[in-house]
Amino acid sequence: MWDWIESAFSLWESGLFWLFAVVACGGAVSVVISQNVVRMALGLIVSLSSVSALFFMMSADFVGATQLMVYVGGTIVLVIFGVMLTSSSKLVKIKASPADGALAAGIGVLFLATIAFTVGSVESWKASANPETRGYNYVEGGPATGNTLRPLAMSFVGLRPDAPGRSGYLLPFEIVSVHLLVVLVGAAYLARAKRRVPTDSQQQS
Amino acid sequence: MHPLLAATEFEWAPLLLGVLHVALVGAFFGLPAGIFIWAERKVSARIQDRLGPTRTGGRFGWLQSAADGAKLIQKEDLAPKAADQFLFKLAPYIVVVASFSAFMFLPFADGWAAVDSDVGLFMMLAMLSLEVIGVILAGWSSASKWALFGAIREAAQMVSYEIPMAICSLVPIVLLGTLNLNEIVQIQAGDWQGGFPPMFNWMIFHPVAGPAFICYFVCATASCKRAPFDLAEAESELVAGFLTEYSGMRWSFFFLAEYASMYAVSGIAAILFLGGWDDGLGIHSWLKNLGWGGALAANLFGAVVLMKKASVLVFLQIWVRWTLPRLRIDQVMTTCLKYLIPIACTLFLAAVVYPLILVSATGRPMILPLEATGERVGHPSANDRIWHGAEAETASLSEGDE
Repeated sequence: MWDWIESAFSLWESGLFWLFAVVACGGAVSVVISQNVVRMALGLIVSLSSVSALFFMMSADFVGATQLMVYVGGTIVLVIFGVMLTSSSKLVKIKASPADGALAAGIGVLFLATIAFTVGSVESWKASANPETRGYNYVEGGPATGNTLRPLAMSFVGLRPDAPGRSGYLLPFEIVSVHLLVVLVGAAYLARAKRRVPTDSQQQS
Repeated sequence: MHPLLAATEFEWAPLLLGVLHVALVGAFFGLPAGIFIWAERKVSARIQDRLGPTRTGGRFGWLQSAADGAKLIQKEDLAPKAADQFLFKLAPYIVVVASFSAFMFLPFADGWAAVDSDVGLFMMLAMLSLEVIGVILAGWSSASKWALFGAIREAAQMVSYEIPMAICSLVPIVLLGTLNLNEIVQIQAGDWQGGFPPMFNWMIFHPVAGPAFICYFVCATASCKRAPFDLAEAESELVAGFLTEYSGMRWSFFFLAEYASMYAVSGIAAILFLGGWDDGLGIHSWLKNLGWGGALAANLFGAVVLMKKASVLVFLQIWVRWTLPRLRIDQVMTTCLKYLIPIACTLFLAAVVYPLILVSATGRPMILPLEATGERVGHPSANDRIWHGAEAETASLSEGDE
């Protein structure tokens, strides 16, 4: 038992990893437990920010900053809708029946088991020393450190300085870009001012 | 001794380094904010033909901020009975921490940043965008309708103004080819060429990035919820908006964060558009090449230059606040959605197309007969570093494989 804890805290990285991992899980649990829509949103923000801190610790600055920007902005919109649509009286509380809780807990445990099982079973995700069983995402010399933006950006346009000879991610990148553009156009279409049929009263005035 | 403490190799260096960085960043976060609060009082007073603070700490009342701080810290720390106590007490900390975190990525001189990140600008904008959470939580948890109005206005305004602000700050990024704040300044710095001072390398003199600076500055003013965009506070309509129920130290935290954010967005503007710590007359590069101690002197000089530029922009924000009347919420939204976003998108498109057209028309990436800095097409150092560096890396990696 102590060996495990010692190895976990022997480095700053591990200590901070455990801190942020626990905070992320705590935030996620508080989303489920709390009965107040804004506190739930705060729990969501805490959880997502801790995940972005984990990204920062893995030198994935860009992904971490994107996580902060996208999810925090999204959660703010969520809060606006939460406040506008649910809170008719001050500081309203949401209460669920025990049966709902039991059902949700069961589904959650099953989902967690599925994820845990999947993570454990995928061979290429294991830090294997055997070159035969190494997965496609194995990187020589361990995970990347320092500034990782340039390799990331270049692999988005099809160059892989970290893994020469392999294809980049140009096609997925373009597909996602076009997809987002379609979403933007759709949102603008839905939100545009509709042309109204003029009524008599409007014509008179 | 506890087995955990006995066996671990506890590394003190990262802790000391962290404490040092936090102390330095904290000084640059707190002191300017205090000075700007004093400046706001003096400038507003002069604009309104008053004197402002004149007694505390001598003739110009320069100790007024410290006196206010001493007063506010003694006040009772109270929360309304109907409020959500936990969120009400938490909200000011979120605002201050978000604003403080942005300063971690702001370089004050060549390499003088707590975290020198390749995505420094993006990180700063992401950290500053966290500030709005605190404001919304403050407004909602106060259980007061004025505070809630302020919070919802702030949310709507912030979600809208983030978009043109980000697009405008992308214009110099596209032209310079890097998100690293340190490199952005290095590319803008230069030497005297043919009678032109190096100032003309700054992005503000670029025909596309110049208008983008104005657009960015408007959005930055709105993102700090400064007048004429101070709808969240709106003291003549909403009592004090999201601040209505706050008093004492928690109230002052919001103001500390507001003035620090003003300084942060002005620092970003100074770095992106005004050449950062480059003075524009070649003094910085002259100091740098002076030899022993020259680099340190150049950095100290550069830090002063950058802080001056940022302070001038903060002064501009104060000036605007006491000159223009507040907009209505629909006017705020119209300004953003119908004017600023199209302007920002057009500028972004122009920033992509302009260098290509100029090179094909004149064969030179700049109008002025300067060395080709500050342009994407003809930029020697950035292009060499990115493309040829990548090829060299790829080559060395493939050699290693064989």
